[in-house]
Amino acid sequence: MSGNIILRIVGKLFIPFIILFALYVQFHGDFGPGGGFQAGVIFAAAFVLYGLIFGVEKAKRVIHPNVLQTCIALGVLLYAGTGVAGILLGGNFLDYGALNSHDPVHGQHLGILLVEFGVGMTVASVMMSTFFLFASRGRPS
Amino acid sequence: MIEIDVGLINYWVVIFLMMTGFYIVMASRNLIKKMVGLSLFQSSVFIMYITAGKVLGGTAPILTKPGTDYSNPLPHVLILTAIVVGIATTGMGMALIIRINEAYGTVEENEIRSQDAAE
Amino acid sequence: MSEIINLSLLLFLSVLAVTIARLRNLFAVVMIAGFYSLVSAALFTVLDAVDVAFTEAAVGAGISTVILLGTLLLTTKEEKAPERWSPLPLIVVLITGAALVFATEDMPAYGDPNAPAHKHVAPRYLEDSGDEIGVPNVVTSVLASYRGYDTLGETAVIFTAGVGLLLLIGKSFRFRDPDGE
Repeated sequence: MSGNIILRIVGKLFIPFIILFALYVQFHGDFGPGGGFQAGVIFAAAFVLYGLIFGVEKAKRVIHPNVLQTCIALGVLLYAGTGVAGILLGGNFLDYGALNSHDPVHGQHLGILLVEFGVGMTVASVMMSTFFLFASRGRPS
Repeated sequence: MIEIDVGLINYWVVIFLMMTGFYIVMASRNLIKKMVGLSLFQSSVFIMYITAGKVLGGTAPILTKPGTDYSNPLPHVLILTAIVVGIATTGMGMALIIRINEAYGTVEENEIRSQDAAE
Repeated sequence: MSEIINLSLLLFLSVLAVTIARLRNLFAVVMIAGFYSLVSAALFTVLDAVDVAFTEAAVGAGISTVILLGTLLLTTKEEKAPERWSPLPLIVVLITGAALVFATEDMPAYGDPNAPAHKHVAPRYLEDSGDEIGVPNVVTSVLASYRGYDTLGETAVIFTAGVGLLLLIGKSFRFRDPDGE
Protein backbone atom coordinates (compact mmCIF):
# COMPACT_ATOMS: atom_id res chain seq x y z
CA MET A 1 0.00 0.00 0.00
CA SER A 2 2.81 2.47 0.80
CA GLY A 3 4.30 1.79 -2.63
CA ASN A 4 1.02 2.92 -4.10
CA ILE A 5 1.42 6.35 -2.48
CA ILE A 6 4.85 6.85 -4.04
CA LEU A 7 3.50 5.92 -7.46
CA ARG A 8 0.56 8.24 -7.13
CA ILE A 9 2.58 11.25 -6.02
CA VAL A 10 5.27 10.77 -8.64
CA GLY A 11 2.59 10.20 -11.27
CA LYS A 12 0.86 13.44 -10.34
CA LEU A 13 4.18 15.24 -10.62
CA PHE A 14 5.26 13.76 -13.94
CA ILE A 15 2.14 13.29 -16.03
CA PRO A 16 1.45 17.03 -16.64
CA PHE A 17 5.05 17.51 -17.76
CA ILE A 18 4.87 14.56 -20.13
CA ILE A 19 1.71 15.99 -21.70
CA LEU A 20 3.37 19.40 -21.97
CA PHE A 21 6.37 17.79 -23.61
CA ALA A 22 4.09 16.05 -26.09
CA LEU A 23 2.52 19.36 -27.06
CA TYR A 24 5.96 20.93 -27.34
CA VAL A 25 7.14 18.18 -29.68
CA GLN A 26 3.95 18.53 -31.73
CA PHE A 27 4.19 22.24 -32.39
CA HIS A 28 7.98 22.54 -32.54
CA GLY A 29 8.34 19.79 -35.10
CA ASP A 30 9.20 22.49 -37.60
CA PHE A 31 12.29 23.70 -35.79
CA GLY A 32 13.77 20.55 -34.33
CA PRO A 33 13.15 16.83 -34.33
CA GLY A 34 9.55 16.07 -33.70
CA GLY A 35 6.22 16.20 -35.43
CA GLY A 36 2.88 14.49 -35.28
CA PHE A 37 3.86 10.85 -34.75
CA GLN A 38 6.27 11.37 -31.91
CA ALA A 39 3.91 13.78 -30.16
CA GLY A 40 0.96 11.42 -30.46
CA VAL A 41 2.91 8.52 -29.03
CA ILE A 42 4.26 10.58 -26.10
CA PHE A 43 0.77 11.87 -25.29
CA ALA A 44 -0.57 8.32 -25.33
CA ALA A 45 2.32 7.21 -23.09
CA ALA A 46 1.38 9.84 -20.49
CA PHE A 47 -2.18 8.57 -20.57
CA VAL A 48 -1.11 4.94 -20.28
CA LEU A 49 0.97 5.89 -17.23
CA TYR A 50 -2.11 7.47 -15.66
CA GLY A 51 -4.15 4.38 -16.44
CA LEU A 52 -1.54 2.06 -14.94
CA ILE A 53 -1.17 4.04 -11.70
CA PHE A 54 -4.73 5.09 -10.98
CA GLY A 55 -6.71 2.30 -12.64
CA VAL A 56 -8.46 1.87 -15.96
CA GLU A 57 -11.85 2.99 -14.61
CA LYS A 58 -10.50 6.41 -13.62
CA ALA A 59 -8.72 6.72 -16.96
CA LYS A 60 -12.01 5.99 -18.73
CA ARG A 61 -13.58 8.85 -16.80
CA VAL A 62 -10.88 11.28 -17.95
CA ILE A 63 -11.37 10.47 -21.61
CA HIS A 64 -14.23 8.19 -22.57
CA PRO A 65 -13.43 5.52 -25.19
CA ASN A 66 -16.23 6.81 -27.43
CA VAL A 67 -14.51 10.22 -27.57
CA LEU A 68 -11.33 8.42 -28.61
CA GLN A 69 -13.18 6.61 -31.39
CA THR A 70 -14.38 9.95 -32.71
CA CYS A 71 -10.90 11.47 -32.51
CA ILE A 72 -9.40 8.61 -34.52
CA ALA A 73 -11.57 9.54 -37.46
CA LEU A 74 -11.29 13.29 -36.88
CA GLY A 75 -7.52 13.28 -37.36
CA VAL A 76 -7.69 11.66 -40.78
CA LEU A 77 -10.61 13.93 -41.66
CA LEU A 78 -8.56 17.00 -40.71
CA TYR A 79 -5.69 15.87 -42.93
CA ALA A 80 -7.87 15.09 -45.94
CA GLY A 81 -9.89 18.23 -45.29
CA THR A 82 -6.77 20.35 -45.55
CA GLY A 83 -6.13 18.71 -48.88
CA VAL A 84 -9.64 19.39 -50.11
CA ALA A 85 -9.43 22.98 -48.84
CA GLY A 86 -6.51 23.40 -51.21
CA ILE A 87 -8.76 22.35 -54.09
CA LEU A 88 -11.59 24.65 -52.98
CA LEU A 89 -9.22 27.61 -52.83
CA GLY A 90 -7.98 27.09 -56.36
CA GLY A 91 -4.91 24.85 -56.11
CA ASN A 92 -4.25 21.12 -56.30
CA PHE A 93 -5.02 18.47 -53.69
CA LEU A 94 -2.77 19.04 -50.65
CA ASP A 95 -1.45 22.25 -52.19
CA TYR A 96 -0.73 24.29 -49.07
CA GLY A 97 0.37 27.34 -51.04
CA ALA A 98 -3.24 27.95 -52.00
CA LEU A 99 -4.29 28.26 -48.35
CA ASN A 100 -2.90 31.78 -48.12
CA SER A 101 -3.16 33.70 -51.37
CA HIS A 102 -0.87 36.57 -50.30
CA ASP A 103 2.11 34.52 -49.14
CA PRO A 104 2.52 30.88 -50.23
CA VAL A 105 5.22 30.27 -47.60
CA HIS A 106 2.74 31.22 -44.85
CA GLY A 107 0.28 28.90 -46.49
CA GLN A 108 2.85 26.10 -46.29
CA HIS A 109 3.34 26.80 -42.56
CA LEU A 110 -0.40 26.73 -41.93
CA GLY A 111 -0.84 23.58 -43.97
CA ILE A 112 1.98 21.75 -42.20
CA LEU A 113 0.61 22.80 -38.80
CA LEU A 114 -2.88 21.51 -39.53
CA VAL A 115 -1.69 18.31 -41.13
CA GLU A 116 0.69 17.42 -38.31
CA PHE A 117 -2.02 18.12 -35.76
CA GLY A 118 -4.33 15.74 -37.58
CA VAL A 119 -1.66 13.05 -37.63
CA GLY A 120 -0.89 13.58 -33.94
CA MET A 121 -4.55 13.34 -32.98
CA THR A 122 -5.07 10.09 -34.87
CA VAL A 123 -1.90 8.47 -33.54
CA ALA A 124 -2.61 9.46 -29.91
CA SER A 125 -6.22 8.26 -30.09
CA VAL A 126 -5.28 4.91 -31.66
CA MET A 127 -2.61 4.25 -29.04
CA MET A 128 -4.88 5.25 -26.14
CA SER A 129 -7.75 3.15 -27.37
CA THR A 130 -5.37 0.23 -27.89
CA PHE A 131 -4.45 0.50 -24.21
CA PHE A 132 -8.12 0.57 -23.20
CA LEU A 133 -8.91 -2.44 -25.36
CA PHE A 134 -6.05 -4.55 -24.01
CA ALA A 135 -6.72 -3.53 -20.42
CA SER A 136 -10.41 -4.31 -20.38
CA ARG A 137 -10.46 -7.46 -22.50
CA GLY A 138 -9.72 -9.87 -19.67
CA ARG A 139 -12.19 -8.40 -17.24
CA PRO A 140 -15.95 -8.93 -17.26
CA SER A 141 -17.63 -5.67 -18.23
CA MET B 1 42.62 1.94 -41.40
CA ILE B 2 39.46 1.49 -39.45
CA GLU B 3 37.58 3.88 -41.79
CA ILE B 4 37.96 1.63 -44.81
CA ASP B 5 35.96 -1.32 -43.66
CA VAL B 6 33.54 0.18 -41.17
CA GLY B 7 30.87 0.70 -43.81
CA LEU B 8 30.77 -2.91 -44.85
CA ILE B 9 30.84 -4.01 -41.22
CA ASN B 10 27.70 -1.90 -40.76
CA TYR B 11 25.96 -3.84 -43.52
CA TRP B 12 27.21 -7.21 -42.31
CA VAL B 13 25.88 -6.62 -38.81
CA VAL B 14 22.58 -5.54 -40.36
CA ILE B 15 22.48 -8.82 -42.29
CA PHE B 16 23.23 -10.74 -39.09
CA LEU B 17 20.35 -8.99 -37.27
CA MET B 18 18.05 -9.58 -40.24
CA MET B 19 18.90 -13.27 -40.32
CA THR B 20 18.42 -13.60 -36.56
CA GLY B 21 14.94 -12.13 -36.91
CA PHE B 22 14.24 -14.42 -39.86
CA TYR B 23 15.41 -17.44 -37.84
CA ILE B 24 13.13 -16.50 -34.94
CA VAL B 25 10.14 -16.23 -37.30
CA MET B 26 10.87 -19.62 -38.86
CA ALA B 27 12.03 -21.67 -35.90
CA SER B 28 9.89 -20.64 -32.96
CA ARG B 29 6.51 -22.19 -32.39
CA ASN B 30 5.09 -19.50 -30.17
CA LEU B 31 3.13 -16.90 -32.13
CA ILE B 32 4.13 -14.00 -29.87
CA LYS B 33 7.82 -14.81 -30.29
CA LYS B 34 7.32 -14.95 -34.06
CA MET B 35 5.91 -11.42 -34.00
CA VAL B 36 8.86 -10.20 -31.92
CA GLY B 37 11.21 -11.80 -34.45
CA LEU B 38 9.34 -10.06 -37.27
CA SER B 39 9.74 -6.67 -35.60
CA LEU B 40 13.46 -7.45 -35.12
CA PHE B 41 13.68 -8.10 -38.87
CA GLN B 42 11.95 -4.79 -39.64
CA SER B 43 14.25 -2.93 -37.27
CA SER B 44 17.35 -4.21 -39.03
CA VAL B 45 16.02 -3.01 -42.41
CA PHE B 46 15.62 0.47 -40.87
CA ILE B 47 19.27 0.47 -39.81
CA MET B 48 20.29 -0.46 -43.34
CA TYR B 49 18.39 2.43 -44.90
CA ILE B 50 19.68 4.98 -42.41
CA THR B 51 23.24 3.76 -42.94
CA ALA B 52 22.78 4.25 -46.69
CA GLY B 53 21.62 7.81 -46.09
CA LYS B 54 24.51 8.92 -43.93
CA VAL B 55 27.01 11.40 -45.38
CA LEU B 56 30.45 11.59 -43.75
CA GLY B 57 30.99 15.08 -42.38
CA GLY B 58 27.29 15.86 -42.55
CA THR B 59 24.93 16.62 -39.76
CA ALA B 60 21.25 16.14 -38.99
CA PRO B 61 19.05 17.60 -41.77
CA ILE B 62 17.88 20.66 -39.86
CA LEU B 63 18.82 23.83 -41.72
CA THR B 64 21.24 26.04 -39.82
CA LYS B 65 24.02 28.14 -41.35
CA PRO B 66 24.34 28.00 -45.12
CA GLY B 67 27.27 25.96 -46.33
CA THR B 68 26.89 22.99 -43.96
CA ASP B 69 26.58 19.47 -45.30
CA TYR B 70 23.49 17.53 -44.35
CA SER B 71 22.70 13.86 -44.32
CA ASN B 72 20.14 12.69 -46.83
CA PRO B 73 16.63 13.40 -45.45
CA LEU B 74 14.76 11.06 -47.76
CA PRO B 75 15.60 7.77 -46.00
CA HIS B 76 14.61 9.43 -42.71
CA VAL B 77 11.13 10.19 -44.05
CA LEU B 78 10.76 6.70 -45.46
CA ILE B 79 11.81 5.00 -42.23
CA LEU B 80 9.57 7.28 -40.14
CA THR B 81 6.60 5.97 -42.11
CA ALA B 82 7.92 2.42 -41.92
CA ILE B 83 8.28 2.48 -38.12
CA VAL B 84 4.70 3.60 -37.64
CA VAL B 85 3.36 1.06 -40.14
CA GLY B 86 5.37 -1.61 -38.33
CA ILE B 87 3.76 -0.80 -35.02
CA ALA B 88 0.31 -0.84 -36.65
CA THR B 89 1.03 -4.32 -38.03
CA THR B 90 2.32 -5.51 -34.65
CA GLY B 91 -0.81 -4.21 -32.93
CA MET B 92 -3.09 -5.99 -35.38
CA GLY B 93 -1.02 -9.18 -35.04
CA MET B 94 -1.35 -9.07 -31.29
CA ALA B 95 -5.12 -8.64 -31.52
CA LEU B 96 -5.30 -11.68 -33.79
CA ILE B 97 -3.14 -13.67 -31.34
CA ILE B 98 -5.49 -12.78 -28.50
CA ARG B 99 -8.48 -14.00 -30.48
CA ILE B 100 -6.62 -17.19 -31.49
CA ASN B 101 -5.85 -17.80 -27.85
CA GLU B 102 -9.51 -17.40 -26.95
CA ALA B 103 -10.59 -19.77 -29.72
CA TYR B 104 -7.96 -22.51 -29.36
CA GLY B 105 -6.71 -22.09 -25.80
CA THR B 106 -3.08 -21.95 -26.87
CA VAL B 107 -0.66 -19.83 -28.90
CA GLU B 108 1.73 -22.62 -29.87
CA GLU B 109 1.62 -23.28 -33.58
CA ASN B 110 1.87 -27.08 -33.48
CA GLU B 111 -0.98 -27.38 -30.96
CA ILE B 112 -3.18 -25.13 -33.09
CA ARG B 113 -2.47 -27.24 -36.14
CA SER B 114 -3.23 -30.49 -34.34
CA GLN B 115 -6.51 -29.04 -33.08
CA ASP B 116 -7.40 -28.05 -36.62
CA ALA B 117 -6.43 -31.45 -37.99
CA ALA B 118 -8.46 -33.25 -35.35
CA GLU B 119 -11.71 -31.50 -36.34
CA MET C 1 35.46 8.29 -32.31
CA SER C 2 31.99 7.99 -33.71
CA GLU C 3 33.06 4.86 -35.58
CA ILE C 4 33.94 3.24 -32.27
CA ILE C 5 30.54 4.19 -30.83
CA ASN C 6 28.91 2.90 -34.02
CA LEU C 7 30.67 -0.44 -33.84
CA SER C 8 30.06 -0.94 -30.13
CA LEU C 9 26.35 -0.15 -30.53
CA LEU C 10 26.12 -2.62 -33.39
CA LEU C 11 27.88 -5.26 -31.29
CA PHE C 12 25.44 -4.62 -28.47
CA LEU C 13 22.50 -5.00 -30.87
CA SER C 14 23.82 -8.35 -32.09
CA VAL C 15 24.16 -9.64 -28.53
CA LEU C 16 20.59 -8.51 -27.75
CA ALA C 17 19.22 -10.15 -30.89
CA VAL C 18 20.84 -13.49 -30.07
CA THR C 19 19.50 -13.21 -26.51
CA ILE C 20 15.96 -12.68 -27.82
CA ALA C 21 16.34 -15.78 -29.98
CA ARG C 22 17.48 -17.97 -27.12
CA LEU C 23 15.18 -16.88 -24.29
CA ARG C 24 11.95 -18.76 -23.61
CA ASN C 25 10.48 -16.55 -20.92
CA LEU C 26 8.30 -14.19 -22.96
CA PHE C 27 8.32 -11.42 -20.37
CA ALA C 28 12.10 -11.24 -20.63
CA VAL C 29 11.84 -11.33 -24.44
CA VAL C 30 9.50 -8.32 -24.45
CA MET C 31 11.73 -6.34 -22.09
CA ILE C 32 14.83 -7.05 -24.13
CA ALA C 33 12.98 -6.12 -27.32
CA GLY C 34 12.20 -2.75 -25.75
CA PHE C 35 15.84 -2.34 -24.81
CA TYR C 36 16.83 -3.30 -28.37
CA SER C 37 14.66 -0.45 -29.68
CA LEU C 38 16.35 1.98 -27.31
CA VAL C 39 19.85 0.95 -28.40
CA SER C 40 18.87 1.20 -32.06
CA ALA C 41 17.54 4.71 -31.31
CA ALA C 42 21.02 5.58 -30.01
CA LEU C 43 22.50 4.13 -33.21
CA PHE C 44 20.17 6.26 -35.31
CA THR C 45 21.33 9.37 -33.44
CA VAL C 46 24.97 8.53 -34.19
CA LEU C 47 23.96 8.15 -37.87
CA ASP C 48 22.46 11.72 -37.86
CA ALA C 49 18.84 10.53 -38.05
CA VAL C 50 17.41 12.44 -35.09
CA ASP C 51 13.73 12.32 -36.11
CA VAL C 52 13.95 8.59 -36.69
CA ALA C 53 15.70 8.07 -33.34
CA PHE C 54 12.95 10.01 -31.58
CA THR C 55 10.22 7.97 -33.23
CA GLU C 56 11.97 4.64 -32.68
CA ALA C 57 12.55 5.36 -28.99
CA ALA C 58 8.96 6.50 -28.43
CA VAL C 59 7.29 3.79 -30.52
CA GLY C 60 9.61 0.84 -30.03
CA ALA C 61 10.51 1.24 -26.40
CA GLY C 62 7.20 2.78 -25.37
CA ILE C 63 4.05 1.73 -27.15
CA SER C 64 5.33 -1.56 -28.54
CA THR C 65 6.25 -2.75 -25.05
CA VAL C 66 2.78 -1.80 -23.79
CA ILE C 67 1.07 -3.71 -26.61
CA LEU C 68 3.26 -6.81 -26.17
CA LEU C 69 2.82 -6.82 -22.39
CA GLY C 70 -0.92 -6.46 -22.82
CA THR C 71 -0.90 -9.50 -25.07
CA LEU C 72 1.19 -11.46 -22.57
CA LEU C 73 -1.35 -10.61 -19.89
CA LEU C 74 -4.14 -12.11 -21.99
CA THR C 75 -2.32 -15.17 -23.32
CA THR C 76 0.71 -17.00 -21.99
CA LYS C 77 3.99 -16.05 -20.35
CA GLU C 78 6.34 -18.79 -21.43
CA GLU C 79 7.25 -20.41 -24.69
CA LYS C 80 7.05 -24.19 -24.63
CA ALA C 81 10.28 -26.09 -25.29
CA PRO C 82 10.44 -27.76 -28.72
CA GLU C 83 10.54 -31.57 -28.65
CA ARG C 84 13.18 -31.88 -31.34
CA TRP C 85 15.33 -29.23 -32.96
CA SER C 86 15.22 -29.10 -36.76
CA PRO C 87 18.30 -27.76 -38.58
CA LEU C 88 16.31 -26.57 -41.62
CA PRO C 89 15.72 -22.93 -40.47
CA LEU C 90 19.43 -22.57 -39.67
CA ILE C 91 20.43 -23.83 -43.12
CA VAL C 92 17.99 -21.49 -44.87
CA VAL C 93 19.22 -18.56 -42.79
CA LEU C 94 22.89 -19.31 -43.50
CA ILE C 95 22.34 -19.59 -47.24
CA THR C 96 20.31 -16.37 -47.36
CA GLY C 97 22.85 -14.56 -45.19
CA ALA C 98 25.72 -15.67 -47.42
CA ALA C 99 23.90 -14.48 -50.53
CA LEU C 100 23.24 -11.09 -48.92
CA VAL C 101 26.86 -10.69 -47.79
CA PHE C 102 27.94 -11.47 -51.33
CA ALA C 103 25.59 -8.72 -52.53
CA THR C 104 27.03 -6.09 -50.18
CA GLU C 105 30.26 -6.02 -52.18
CA ASP C 106 28.47 -3.76 -54.65
CA MET C 107 27.24 -1.21 -52.12
CA PRO C 108 28.77 2.27 -52.36
CA ALA C 109 31.31 3.23 -49.72
CA TYR C 110 29.96 4.21 -46.32
CA GLY C 111 29.10 7.91 -46.11
CA ASP C 112 30.26 8.70 -49.63
CA PRO C 113 28.75 12.07 -50.63
CA ASN C 114 28.77 11.00 -54.28
CA ALA C 115 26.72 7.85 -53.73
CA PRO C 116 23.74 7.53 -56.08
CA ALA C 117 21.33 7.89 -53.15
CA HIS C 118 22.38 11.52 -52.67
CA LYS C 119 22.18 12.59 -56.29
CA HIS C 120 18.65 12.64 -57.52
CA VAL C 121 15.95 14.44 -55.56
CA ALA C 122 17.62 14.93 -52.15
CA PRO C 123 19.86 17.92 -53.10
CA ARG C 124 16.85 19.67 -54.63
CA TYR C 125 14.85 19.21 -51.42
CA LEU C 126 17.74 20.38 -49.25
CA GLU C 127 18.39 23.49 -51.34
CA ASP C 128 14.85 24.60 -52.08
CA SER C 129 13.13 23.71 -48.82
CA GLY C 130 14.30 26.89 -47.13
CA ASP C 131 12.83 29.14 -49.82
CA GLU C 132 9.72 27.25 -50.82
CA ILE C 133 8.54 26.12 -47.39
CA GLY C 134 10.60 28.07 -44.90
CA VAL C 135 10.70 25.37 -42.25
CA PRO C 136 14.13 24.53 -40.76
CA ASN C 137 13.44 20.81 -40.22
CA VAL C 138 13.82 19.35 -43.72
CA VAL C 139 12.43 15.99 -42.64
CA THR C 140 9.15 17.65 -41.55
CA SER C 141 8.95 19.66 -44.75
CA VAL C 142 9.51 16.59 -46.91
CA LEU C 143 7.12 14.49 -44.81
CA ALA C 144 4.28 16.98 -44.61
CA SER C 145 4.62 18.99 -47.79
CA TYR C 146 6.72 17.46 -50.56
CA ARG C 147 5.55 13.93 -49.79
CA GLY C 148 2.32 14.84 -48.04
CA TYR C 149 0.29 12.33 -50.01
CA ASP C 150 2.33 9.43 -48.62
CA THR C 151 1.80 10.72 -45.10
CA LEU C 152 -1.94 10.79 -45.75
CA GLY C 153 -1.71 7.12 -46.69
CA GLU C 154 0.28 6.41 -43.55
CA THR C 155 -2.33 8.11 -41.38
CA ALA C 156 -4.94 6.01 -43.12
CA VAL C 157 -2.91 2.90 -42.22
CA ILE C 158 -2.89 3.86 -38.54
CA PHE C 159 -6.62 4.58 -38.77
CA THR C 160 -7.22 1.16 -40.31
CA ALA C 161 -5.16 -0.50 -37.59
CA GLY C 162 -7.22 1.31 -34.95
CA VAL C 163 -10.47 0.25 -36.58
CA GLY C 164 -9.21 -3.32 -36.93
CA LEU C 165 -8.28 -3.44 -33.25
CA LEU C 166 -11.68 -2.09 -32.25
CA LEU C 167 -13.37 -4.73 -34.38
CA LEU C 168 -11.25 -7.63 -33.15
CA ILE C 169 -11.07 -7.01 -29.43
CA GLY C 170 -13.66 -4.35 -28.77
CA LYS C 171 -16.52 -5.28 -26.51
CA SER C 172 -19.36 -3.30 -27.94
CA PHE C 173 -19.47 -5.13 -31.27
CA ARG C 174 -21.04 -8.27 -30.04
CA PHE C 175 -24.00 -9.62 -31.94
CA ARG C 176 -26.67 -11.20 -29.80
CA ASP C 177 -27.56 -14.40 -31.57
CA PRO C 178 -30.55 -16.38 -30.26
CA ASP C 179 -28.36 -19.47 -29.78
CA GLY C 180 -25.94 -17.49 -27.67
CA GLU C 181 -22.92 -17.37 -30.02
